[in-house]
Amino acid sequence: MDKNQWAYSENVKKHFMNPLNILQGPEEDYKADGKGMVGSPACGDMMMVLIQVAKNRISDFKWKTFGCASAIASTSALSELVLKEGGMSLDEAYKITPEEIIKELGGLPSNKIHCSVLGDKALRAAIDDYYEKNGITNPFQEKSSPVVCTCKNVTEEDIRMEVLEGVTDFEKMKEATGASTVCGQCEEDVKNTMKKYIDQYYSDDIYNPGE
Amino acid sequence: MSHYLDNNATTPLHPAVKEAITQSLDYYGNPGSMHQQGRVAKQKLDDAREEIAGFLGATPEQLTFTSCASESNNTMLKSVSSQDFGFTPHIITTGIEHPSVFNTAQYLQKRGIDVTFLPVTNDGIIEIASLQKALRKETVLVSIMHANNEIGTIQPIEEAGELCSQRGVFFHSDMVQSPGKIPFSLNKMPVDAASFSAHKMYALKGIGALYLKKSRFKNFSIIPLIHGGHQEAGLRAGTENSLGIIAWAAACRVMKDEIDTEIAHVKSLRDFFETKVTEEINDIVINGGNAPRKPCTSNISFKYIEGESILLRLDMNDIAVSTGSACSTGSLDPSHVIMALHDNPETAHGSIRFSFGRENSMEDVERTIAALKETVTFLRGISPLSP
Repeated sequence: MDKNQWAYSENVKKHFMNPLNILQGPEEDYKADGKGMVGSPACGDMMMVLIQVAKNRISDFKWKTFGCASAIASTSALSELVLKEGGMSLDEAYKITPEEIIKELGGLPSNKIHCSVLGDKALRAAIDDYYEKNGITNPFQEKSSPVVCTCKNVTEEDIRMEVLEGVTDFEKMKEATGASTVCGQCEEDVKNTMKKYIDQYYSDDIYNPGE
Repeated sequence: MSHYLDNNATTPLHPAVKEAITQSLDYYGNPGSMHQQGRVAKQKLDDAREEIAGFLGATPEQLTFTSCASESNNTMLKSVSSQDFGFTPHIITTGIEHPSVFNTAQYLQKRGIDVTFLPVTNDGIIEIASLQKALRKETVLVSIMHANNEIGTIQPIEEAGELCSQRGVFFHSDMVQSPGKIPFSLNKMPVDAASFSAHKMYALKGIGALYLKKSRFKNFSIIPLIHGGHQEAGLRAGTENSLGIIAWAAACRVMKDEIDTEIAHVKSLRDFFETKVTEEINDIVINGGNAPRKPCTSNISFKYIEGESILLRLDMNDIAVSTGSACSTGSLDPSHVIMALHDNPETAHGSIRFSFGRENSMEDVERTIAALKETVTFLRGISPLSP
């Protein structure tokens, strides 16, 4: 077999072996306008994104990643995507989806998608941080739902939808969304989120309005 | 030139094994047939069984050939669910078994059988006191591996076997990683059953054995996993894999003379490797490093970085290793073995197994150390966890 054939696409290999836009030197020396950090070492993937912003565009993007080849490659590909043609507008950058990153990479094995493509979330967190630091009202935040389980990328909205579908048991929620099935660190958060919506949608007041 | 340091996963064929295979390709007869072709095949099979049994320290009739050690382990464990004890049976095994024991035990658990998974110390060794505590009157089977496949630690089989013998409990051991790798003989082992595989000792894949010391059987029966013809004394149906068995016998024949040299050889490579890695790379944990270990195995966790990245960058340097990281397994769970030692997913995600074999040289080790140093420095340089 050709030794150059391997588990991932050529583009993953390129970005993994020679990743672009890595933060060099200490974080303090890089004057970041926004910083985003997602994932956890327990899950096996964690990434940090630092951005510089000029005229509502991302003028520079630096990153660091702990994780597998696809986690490293996907962050590198994201940085290339964001910085091409003089840098994306904050609006465009905020809307980047994991699918776009996967396309840049020329595809990923399906079991790698949820755990390793975290760059878009880290970038959104960095943009949120930029707005917050500068006291600017975040024009995007209401559009995105916070991630509750980072291992399986399950958002508060995903949990809300399942609760509405009738999933009110924690074990069933794990089955339905995959939340809290990997490192388990988000168990309390998932339960609290479920409780919030269960209380909202299934309280006695709604079912027994007259009593 | 490639540097193959994954000999615990499987081994390249020994030249003597290749020769035996090419010389045996025409023994196509079914050993169960009465005609000449069948009789020749049967003779070859009998000779091979004697050779393998001799190497393992068993008698020929104590060996039941199977397709692999996973089958041997499955036969053993599933025998519990295939017989009626008149009570809910209890099995004791460990948290660091090979998946063919570990996952099979979990499967039996789902089918209503009680299972205890013994914990291990931080060095990856079970404690006899915990086995003693776990034994109950319903315990029908204890299965404890000999040398661990991931970290190489050697379990106190003699003590565990003696204890089971005193308590009248059937004792099985997965010994796949031992023959040819450590000084080994079944005739000194207080086990009732053991599992073996040929491809871990320079022979072919697709052939394994279940050793059964019939004289020690108590109220426990081995129930075949595969029913059919009367091969292997009715314990394992299916036409014998004669070529696989002959090749395994060839490996045993040559290993008998080479084993001492090989053990000394891999031990010197492994020890040099670990000394150099410890000198040149900081923030590492040698998993099982303080316990009795197979001399061919080194399992190291590199802090702040992830195993699949290490593995793939080493692969780019033509170095083959394996990892306990979740990312390489297709599941999202890191190695249950490293987790059993440290209960720390980070340590498991960053673990790499280097396993040496007869073909490895000092050059392999030196190239690996150089590539490893470069890889670890690079990955730590891009990791947000690095201090």
